[in-house]
Amino acid sequence: MSKRLTNILVPLISILLGIIVGAIVMAISGFSPVDGYIALWNGVFGNTYNIGETIRQITPYVFAGLAVAFAFRTGLFNIGVEGQLIVGWLAAAYVGYAFDLPKIVHIPLALLAAAVAGGLWAFIPGLLKAKLQVHEVIVTIMMNYIALHVVNATIATLSDGEKTEKIHETASLRSPFLESITDYSRLHWGFIIAILAVIIMWFILEKTTRGYELKSVGFNQHASEYAGMNVSKNIILAMVISGIFAGLGGAMEALGTFGNISKMTAFTGIGFDGIAVALLGANQPFGVLLGAMLFGSLKNGGLNMPNEAGIPVEIVSIVIALIIFFVASGYIIRVALERISKKKKEEK
Amino acid sequence: MKKRKIGLALSALLASGTLLAACGNDDNASDTKKDDKKSFSVAMVTDTGGIDDRSFNQSTWEGIEKFGKDNGLSKGNNGYDYLQSASESDYNTNLNSLIRRNFDLVFAVGFNLHDSVVEVAKQQKDAKIAIIDSVVEGQDNVASIMFKANEASYLAGAAAALQSKTGKIGFIGGMESDIIDGFEAGFVAGAKAANPKVKVDVQYAGSFGDAAKGQAIAKRMYDSGSDIIFHAAGGTGNGLFTEAKERKKKDPKADVWVIGVDRDQYDEGKVDDKTNVTFTSVLKRVDIAAEDVAKQSKDGKFPGGKTITLGLKDNGVDLADSHGVITSDTQKKIDEYKEKIIKGEITVPEKPEK
Repeated sequence: MSKRLTNILVPLISILLGIIVGAIVMAISGFSPVDGYIALWNGVFGNTYNIGETIRQITPYVFAGLAVAFAFRTGLFNIGVEGQLIVGWLAAAYVGYAFDLPKIVHIPLALLAAAVAGGLWAFIPGLLKAKLQVHEVIVTIMMNYIALHVVNATIATLSDGEKTEKIHETASLRSPFLESITDYSRLHWGFIIAILAVIIMWFILEKTTRGYELKSVGFNQHASEYAGMNVSKNIILAMVISGIFAGLGGAMEALGTFGNISKMTAFTGIGFDGIAVALLGANQPFGVLLGAMLFGSLKNGGLNMPNEAGIPVEIVSIVIALIIFFVASGYIIRVALERISKKKKEEK
Repeated sequence: MKKRKIGLALSALLASGTLLAACGNDDNASDTKKDDKKSFSVAMVTDTGGIDDRSFNQSTWEGIEKFGKDNGLSKGNNGYDYLQSASESDYNTNLNSLIRRNFDLVFAVGFNLHDSVVEVAKQQKDAKIAIIDSVVEGQDNVASIMFKANEASYLAGAAAALQSKTGKIGFIGGMESDIIDGFEAGFVAGAKAANPKVKVDVQYAGSFGDAAKGQAIAKRMYDSGSDIIFHAAGGTGNGLFTEAKERKKKDPKADVWVIGVDRDQYDEGKVDDKTNVTFTSVLKRVDIAAEDVAKQSKDGKFPGGKTITLGLKDNGVDLADSHGVITSDTQKKIDEYKEKIIKGEITVPEKPEK
């Protein structure tokens, strides 16, 4: 079997397997898999409203995925994307309502604030890793909790309790035009920024010397050091850039989806899903985009399964987890395919 | 490669978390067949607590189910239905989905849905939405339903203060907010009114879903001498029940009591057939309110743009049957307080003193 054919077959078979096993789960639980998958499909592509909502859902996933992937490429596991996203969300929301500026300055300033907040939040674990060899996984996990509670406390101080004011119109990424073509969905211009971010990450990694150094540190720290690269500087930089992506993901929620930030009782989950998105996309910028599209579509389409087919959310979560599980385990299928083709050759 | 493996293992862990979280109810045989004759249909969107939160989501659903059955409706389109929200971003989508399915009245359960209701109500002008525990002003197609939970909490506080043997009682809140403030303020005020010397230990868990945290706080409170603890903390409060039941199991004579919230939580406090740790529960009759608003709307009297506030007077809040735990002496005093509140002789504070 040619390599090219395998490359196309592997993802297709993985998705198909996921769908089949998901169908079995639905059938065993007494629901019609056909109705279920039609509802899932309609939830993603069924009408302009759902298409708009799906793209909105994909947007923060792209940023979360890029953040995780960027750190991975430098050999760092940034599990703190969640926390960086939350502080970015707060920063963007604050700039969004606290200042009165023309749109052309206001949106970039809010985005910048989110990027700085996310970057700073990631700078701390980066610094600790580079200077004191503290493992970034532990620090970033703890920083998530700090972010959650610091942000909740800040919201309580900034507002009269539950949530901040709504951002001004001048800071909003939403537009009447997008609302009108998608039947009042919450689709906003953030998806353009997300695509730009994908291109920027690709450019940094593939076209700049700095990107080469970052990747090199990821492959082998000691060799990079021997080659004259400043390893600790690169580690800090990688974490900060990763945090900037995460912070911008938070800005999408602040300036697009919600228009403010409310006290959170639990994590948003976007940052953690970002880990899976990055791995699905093999830590490549364009792969992350595809991974985020799969995640966002399943998430938003899944909402329609209880709605249209009466399938309980619990079953929906299982089905979606199964599809993602099989896509992520594409490696198994690749090995299986190779075995089969080898056997065939031997038989000949 | 090693990192990748860790990553895969972690995402597998997260995925299994999702799977575990999936152990829940599936009591719905979904009837999505469409009736031709058009009857008045009702639906609801839960907050992130879910439909089986043993609290106000479940309570609202019970009210809607009752309305549906009384009117010969079936679950599904043109009948009654619910959608659960897994995250905050689902509120808009779920409200929109139900409105697009032409439900005549959609309930939004919980103050967390406030912003989404405002937004969707402006876009879908023909839709009728009723929001619980929050006030939406200036929107003719939204009715707001509020409860004076502070009044029933006042009675609970008084009862606890009168029957506490240690002179110390506890309050566990979920997250600080206007709604939970009311519970705390009423409980403390009632306790102080009945016994000015009583000490009230107040602590917030910072979450409505963290049973482990609830249990840790309960342990500390019982250890430091509180014998009756009231919780307004949703799922976090389940940890309080766990701690109380464990203590009761170890020592059947232990003086540990729990005051439940929203629904009658008597079943939650069951240790064995004879022992129960539930002192009483502060009831918020969301079910009655939901049913009432549905009935009114069916008769063409949807209270759009208005705020309905239900207190002791309207039977919107009350104390649950204590199954004999509250003595008749205490009961007499509570009845006095109740009467005074209804007559307006006692005004129960809505905000705790800081």
